[in-house]
Amino acid sequence: MKNPRLGLLATKVGMTQIFNDDGVRIPVTVLQVEKNTVVQKKTVATDGYVALQVGSGTIREKLVNQPERGHFKKHNVAPTRHLVEFRVDEATAGKFNTGDEVTLGLLEAGKSVDVSATSKGRGTAGVMKRHHMSGFRATHGTHEYFRHGGSIGCRATPGKVHPGKRMAGRMGNERVTVLNCAVVKLDTDKGLIFLRGAVPGPNGGFVEVLPSVHVARKGRALRAEAQIMSKNPMKASKAGGGAAKGGKK
Amino acid sequence: MATSKIIQDIEASFVRKHADFRPGDTVRVHLKILEGDKERVQAFEGVCIARRRGGNRGTITVRKMSFGQGVERIFPLSSPRIEKIDVVQRGRVRRSKLFYLRNLRGKKARIKAQTTFGNESSSG
Repeated sequence: MKNPRLGLLATKVGMTQIFNDDGVRIPVTVLQVEKNTVVQKKTVATDGYVALQVGSGTIREKLVNQPERGHFKKHNVAPTRHLVEFRVDEATAGKFNTGDEVTLGLLEAGKSVDVSATSKGRGTAGVMKRHHMSGFRATHGTHEYFRHGGSIGCRATPGKVHPGKRMAGRMGNERVTVLNCAVVKLDTDKGLIFLRGAVPGPNGGFVEVLPSVHVARKGRALRAEAQIMSKNPMKASKAGGGAAKGGKK
Repeated sequence: MATSKIIQDIEASFVRKHADFRPGDTVRVHLKILEGDKERVQAFEGVCIARRRGGNRGTITVRKMSFGQGVERIFPLSSPRIEKIDVVQRGRVRRSKLFYLRNLRGKKARIKAQTTFGNESSSG
């Protein structure tokens, strides 16, 4: 596995805006992390690879099907609503035992994370919404052809529509990953993560948060990180060493 | 969908209390400005032509004439940059968004001052 890393399971609470020390408004998505428990450790000896299976959320035992109930029982962990496996390296796996809690300490304010979730379903959507086609003008004789995609192919040659032709159809309700969301703030007491910008899925939706794959060297990640940090040298000292460093970048 | 309790709490923690004013009032917004390493306060005085509510997301739009040129600034009400907001004069207007002032010049763009015999508490 290319990027072994442990993540957290959370629910999307909603969006709002907060102010940093400089008085800059930052749009944030709030995620709530319930207790994340290591349910199972996968090892090379038993499974052929190293991974941690993490569960979160409570669920009544009655609602868990029998094979899963047996799985939880075997590892002596209370049933959880969500189960996700994270491929990790040996060193990380060594730090955890089944039943251990994965905490918010995994993340750090000012660093960026990748967020995966199921996007909101849009049902059958036209090509303008689904593929950002431009449609047609509303005047100059356009007749009942305002939001169409235009021609979908040629004539007798090739005599077919090429596979992969972008057309109307089901949109959304698929797994979407947003890379490099800056962590604006962490509230470890309440288990809240404040991420800059939007996160896929509806409020109350299930979200996976992982430390960023790409190191923030340039581009969006760094800009996002710089933006959440105070640039005011007077206030930077108040906010602590991390903020002062961020401001100078 | 109702806003969750968590979001409400977060927003409530940022809300700041300001002097009572409404669109039509002339206000003076004292703004902290960063100059190099120093901070100083600058005032922006003009007519409040719009106010958006909504906890910490509220803003006001202040319009003034600067050397014959109309200038509008939007201030987030919960911003820590705002030191204070003074009410210079109460104005009597009949709508909540005074965008029509943009099309008026000179004497027509004036707003009548609120007379005190009106119900003062209703101006809050």
